[in-house]
Amino acid sequence: MRLRRRTWRKAVNAAAMFLSACTALFGLVMLGWILSDTAVKGIRAINWDFFVRLPTPPGETHGGLANAMLGTLILTATAAAMSVPAGILAGTWLAEFGRRGRLAAVVRTVADVLTGAPSIVVGVFVYLVLVRPFGHFSGWAGAVALAILMLPVVTRTTEEMLLLVPDAMRESALALGAPLWRVLIGIVYRAARAGMLTGILLAISRAAGETAPLLFTSLNSPYWGKSLNQPMPSLTVTLFNYAMSPYDEWQTQAWGAALVVTGAVLATTVTARIWLRRTTQRT
Amino acid sequence: MARVDSITISPAPDSSGRGRSRRSASVGDAIFRGLTAGAALGLFVLIVVMVWVLWRESQPAVQKFGWRFLFRNTWDPVTEEFGALHAVYGTLVTTAIALLAAVPCSLGIAVFLAEIAPAWLRGPVGTAVELLAAVPSIVYGMWGLFVLAPLMGDTVQPWLQEHIGGPLFSGPPMGIGLLTAGLVLALMILPFISSVMRDVFQLTPAALKESAYGVGATTWEVVRHVLIPYGRKAIVGAVTLGLGRALGETMAVTFVIGNAHRLSPSLFAAGNSIASTLANEFTEADGDVYMAALIELGLVLFLITFVILTAAQLWIRRLGQQEGR
Repeated sequence: MRLRRRTWRKAVNAAAMFLSACTALFGLVMLGWILSDTAVKGIRAINWDFFVRLPTPPGETHGGLANAMLGTLILTATAAAMSVPAGILAGTWLAEFGRRGRLAAVVRTVADVLTGAPSIVVGVFVYLVLVRPFGHFSGWAGAVALAILMLPVVTRTTEEMLLLVPDAMRESALALGAPLWRVLIGIVYRAARAGMLTGILLAISRAAGETAPLLFTSLNSPYWGKSLNQPMPSLTVTLFNYAMSPYDEWQTQAWGAALVVTGAVLATTVTARIWLRRTTQRT
Repeated sequence: MARVDSITISPAPDSSGRGRSRRSASVGDAIFRGLTAGAALGLFVLIVVMVWVLWRESQPAVQKFGWRFLFRNTWDPVTEEFGALHAVYGTLVTTAIALLAAVPCSLGIAVFLAEIAPAWLRGPVGTAVELLAAVPSIVYGMWGLFVLAPLMGDTVQPWLQEHIGGPLFSGPPMGIGLLTAGLVLALMILPFISSVMRDVFQLTPAALKESAYGVGATTWEVVRHVLIPYGRKAIVGAVTLGLGRALGETMAVTFVIGNAHRLSPSLFAAGNSIASTLANEFTEADGDVYMAALIELGLVLFLITFVILTAAQLWIRRLGQQEGR
């Protein structure tokens, strides 16, 4: 009786362990499947023209997505220029001044809710505020939409990284007579620099892969995005339009765009993670 | 030693100079404090303005349809009759499928990473799962449309029809539809839920686990009776975060849900979620009521995720305070 019970428990354990290992294997297989499909189908579109030429109408060959790649870079950089300073300031307030106050708790909740807010609704909001009143789609609107998505991420990472800096550091600098703002900029930011940069890098890579907030803000364009006042092409929206099109060569190019976007985003993410691990291990 | 001497010996700066530097320091501090507080408050203002603008711009639809908007099953731009029921239904069904598939699977992955895997395997597998979270959602959508949907249509759906059947699995197996959309969503939220669960399991005090192992519990019994009860609340929080993400996801769903304004009991049928309706129709909307109806859809989605995420945050925060005590 006792023996049978023990065998039974061991069997249940073995089954559970087996299932658990299967799910982990499943996760790995799915990642490998998605990445290998993207790579195999995307590599067919990759050639020199793909990186340096403008899109061509369906049926013509030698088209490229150079304008979309440049557009994504411009949109992401503009969004970063808007959201990173504001996010660092807001994160500083949470970590240094708000701390355990009630107002800080509210701002923290707002930031977390905004992080999870549906990106398409952010697109609708920016459309209503920056596209409809001006009567045309614009790169500015797309950049603002991306900035709204990045802002809470930068804020929360900055806060977390600043809180890792020991209070003794602040206190010793203050005791030397430095004003608080000098202490924060010269000592605390410097100590938290690696972590903050990692957070910013992750926020940027997330924004670069976004599509939904750009659909009704920067729209898309088959030409070079010469000004932020005009519709701005982006790799992700082009990918969406091409993948949904009935033309074979456009679909092939869509896989190429997917490969470029995924490669860039994953490379940034992995670099940021390795970097963070190395810097945290050293301290 | 020398330094201390030099400080004590050096003459005190004259009082007026010290006063000025202290004043300029306090002005600098006030400016810096004001800037940071302004930025923090900006986040709060931003979310208030977002809700207010969406509310104001959806007024034509709110006034025309009132509360019935949420429960009407029509979507006719020609006669300007709109209702959100099918889109809300599509959102809820795909999210439910995603959670049903992703939660048990995440639990398995978390248990594997926290308890089973040998140390050399934890790093690579953990990184791989986190990379799944970094893949842009549009790539999931594209992969779902060109790879998963044909597989579903040719193999999985006919098999389900043959062996299980019923109204849930009726209709032509097209590949795209609510079921496929839900499965793609499941893949997307899987890494989020499993990485939080793994963290929770790893934070469980070693003494608790070791005492359970000490009285002869198997690994599964430790998971079942120690890890899961101990991290119960955090696990619920993690699932809620995944839920919020699934509700608002646009691109992964838009590709595979089929984009049809109708309500069907079959999971094979094409449908629409709130996010996919917006993605497909927002730029084409002509007419004030059509546009306002779409904006109201966006507002509904925002409020649903807002409520769920706020509840999850408060839950996790309360949990943190309890742990701290």
